[in-house]
Parts: sequence; C-alpha cells; structure tokens
Amino acid sequence: MTEYKSGSRLERVLRSGRFAVTAELNPPDSADPQKVYEAALVLSEVCDGINATDASGAHCHMSSVAICALLTRAGYEPIFQVSCRDRNRIAIQGDLLGAAAMGVKNVLCLTGDDVTAGDQPQAKRVFDFDSIQLLRTAKIMRDEGMFLSGRKLTEPPRLFLGAASNPFVQPFDWRPLRLAKKIEAGADFIQSQYCFDLPRFQTFMQRVRDLGLHEKVFFLVGVGPLRSEKTAEFMRTKVPGVHIPDAVVERLRKTPKEKKLAEGKQICIEIIQQVREIEGVSGVHVMAYRQEELVAEIIQEAGLLPRPMQMGYDSGHEKARMRHRKHETGN
Amino acid sequence: MGLLRRLQNHPAFLEKVYGATHTAVSTLQPIIERFGYERANRWLKGVEEWGKSAIFDCRMCGQCILHSTGMTCPMSCPKNLRNGPCGGVRANGHCEVKPDMRCIWVQAFERSRQMPSYGDEILWIQPPVNRQLEGESAWITMLTGVDMATPKGWVGVTEITVIGN
Repeated sequence: MTEYKSGSRLERVLRSGRFAVTAELNPPDSADPQKVYEAALVLSEVCDGINATDASGAHCHMSSVAICALLTRAGYEPIFQVSCRDRNRIAIQGDLLGAAAMGVKNVLCLTGDDVTAGDQPQAKRVFDFDSIQLLRTAKIMRDEGMFLSGRKLTEPPRLFLGAASNPFVQPFDWRPLRLAKKIEAGADFIQSQYCFDLPRFQTFMQRVRDLGLHEKVFFLVGVGPLRSEKTAEFMRTKVPGVHIPDAVVERLRKTPKEKKLAEGKQICIEIIQQVREIEGVSGVHVMAYRQEELVAEIIQEAGLLPRPMQMGYDSGHEKARMRHRKHETGN
Repeated sequence: MGLLRRLQNHPAFLEKVYGATHTAVSTLQPIIERFGYERANRWLKGVEEWGKSAIFDCRMCGQCILHSTGMTCPMSCPKNLRNGPCGGVRANGHCEVKPDMRCIWVQAFERSRQMPSYGDEILWIQPPVNRQLEGESAWITMLTGVDMATPKGWVGVTEITVIGN
C-alpha cells in the first residue's frame, strides 16, 4: 500500500498516477466568508485542491490561514500557501501546526513577492526564512516531529509539501538545479509559475528528466487565461516572474475585441493539452486572476473532468461531526 | 561601482583569497584564542567589514558563506535569500525589488561556474540565518564554530551532486 505523507485528495490523485488539477481561489477583500464559500463551491467540482494565496503580489486580502479555516470547516481541501515575506520562523511554525490542526493537508512553501510589488511598499519585509529553509522546516516538523529548536511535538502535522518553480526566468541553467534543491529540502509536489512559453518549458523539463527529478516530485504546471493583450502586457511587466512571449501577446492583439476573451481561454486550453503530453508533468495549476468563472470552463474544455474524487460540504461536514462525537465519547 | 567591487568578476582569484584567509585565520587561532575571542572580535570586525563591504557589499551577517555562493554576498539580495534566486527575476536578469541591479543570484551562479574549488557548494542547502550573529566578525564566529551551529532541530546541510555537465 502506498504510504501517504498526508493522505490529502491531491496526494491520492497524484500517487494513483492520475493527472491532477489544482486551482487558485482569489481571496476577498471582505470580512464576509460567503465570497469564499461561493468560489470554493465552483472550484471544488473541477479540481483536487484549492490554493489559498498568501497576500500574493504583496496585496493584502483575507489571509490564507483564515481561508483555509473556512474551507476545511466546509469539508474542502485547501493548499495552504505560506510565504516568507510577512512572518518570521516563530509565526510560520505556529501556523503550520495550527493549519494541520484545522485539517489542512497541503502546504505550498513560497519565498513571496516583495513588498514593493504591492500597494503598501512601505511595509517591512521579513524574509527570516527563504523558501527552501521553510520547506525543510515543515519537513522536520512532519518527519522528525519537532520544532526547529528541537522541541518535541506531541502530534506532528501531516502535510503534503509543495514548492514553487519558475522555469521561465533567469538564470535558466540554474532553474532545474534549484528544483533539485527544493526536492532535497522536502518538496513532494511543485506548482509552477504561469507557462506561456512552451519551448522554454520543454528545455527545462528535458534537463529535469536528465537529472531524474521527475521521478522524485509531482510537477504541476501553472496555467491561466489572458483577458486581452493589455492584461498580458500588464502581467509581464508588473507581476513579478511572469514571462509571456511576444507571439502570445500578438495573437491576442490580432483577435477582434469581442473574441479576445474566448481566444485567451483557448490559448490556455492549448497549453494544458500540450504540457499534458510532456513526460514528467503530473498536473496543472489553474490561476485565473479575477476570472474565476473561467476556471471551470477551462478545465472542462481541456477534457479534465470529471475529477476522480469529490470534496465538499457533505463529506467534510460529516467527518467533522464524527470526529467531534468521538471526542465527546472519548473513543 | 568601486574599483574593489570589480574584483568580484574574478571569482577564481577570490576563491583563492578566501582559501588563503581561511588558512591564515585558522593558523592564527592559538594567538587569537589567547588574545580572547571577544577582544579579537572588536578589533577584527572593523577590518573585516571594511574589506568585505568594499569588495562584496557585505552585510555582516556574521556567518559568511561567500565561497558557497559564487563569492557573491547572499545578504545583498533584498530578500536575503541564501539558497538561490527567487522566481521574480526580471527578463533582463535584474532584481525584482531593485530594477537597476542585476539579480545577485544570476551573478552568483555565473561566478560559481568559474570556481573550480568551491563552485559546486552553491548546491548546498543553507540553514536558516542566526540573526544573533549580525554585526559580528565572521572570522571569529568561524573559529569559535558558532557560524556553523544550526538550530537544534535542523536536520542536515545536504550536499546535492547533480550539477555536472
């Protein structure tokens, strides 16, 4: 029998050799949980794990830990994103433990976009850890059952550990090696930056296979729709780490205005279908900033439905209730 | 850019200087020990800061790993990353945070490829920084061994041997 690190739905799908799909939930600028539930309802039917972003782009939104709390309470399986930008090692280790206690089974360890990328560039940047130290610390907590200080945990967090990879920015030769480092540090799965440049990605994956890394980690390729050439231009100049080749921008520019949205979606679907054929790719991670309504369509039209297992309010709620009852009766 | 800073573009030479400094400091250990580490720290940290700042833009983290990072100070990365570049490097190879500066990890990687002795150490996993050593002389922390002391729970500084070809 396969030994699971956390037994999350994402892990089970990946370990069973099936093509996995994850999607990003855009966190609300609101204290109302309803927006989170609405988004999760749609996403949960089309993916195996919902990413709760941690103030991505250094823009403040509802926190990832709070979104995870809402999602796990409703029986969904979030991927808890943790960045090193805003919290030091003490806060982070506490959050990992707390998240696991709430039922979080997947974590994505990130360096984090710099504060200057956001709308509060005056903030203090923390970066006490880097993403690799964060990964290794999470692994130590899970596998050694202790804090970084060596202090024992009564119950270690069971977590499926993820990391990011960006094959599309310099230094290109270093990117596969950085992936190797992340695997060594403890990464079980990878979610990559947006892929719009297929030749570049193929070169990267060739090297990844040469190094045998594709057998040590599950690689999910980041994809997403572009609304128009203006969005593309904005993303490649303003969002850190996003690379979009001129050919893609040009294709959108040539498309008549009323068809741009459909064309952007089509490009995304084509990329999904192409990366799916690449050896060493285990799934896709769909990020659709402010276009959540498109995520389900993209996943469906790319032929990735139905998803092998379902998550949702009922099963999760039932389980939570049973756990509660077990607690009360002391069994 | 100062004249001394240009020395960074000769990493093969610098790693020899590192080796020599390492040997020198190690040889002097008995004398420094008799002199007292704390007193030596007071004297040396000024000298060290002056030299390393001029050449490497050193930030005096007190646990120098220059030779493992392409003779390029990782603390001069605005995110203080010690294990490689973040995903925010710009298309022209410049820093996400400081658009006018070349990403120090792009430089570190290039330089490490020119370093026959320590170049491959760039693949080592560097443990979290001990912030208590900030401002101390890394020469002294090396002699006392505190620069290599990782948190008690930290498991392994792993060497990865995949670089090759």
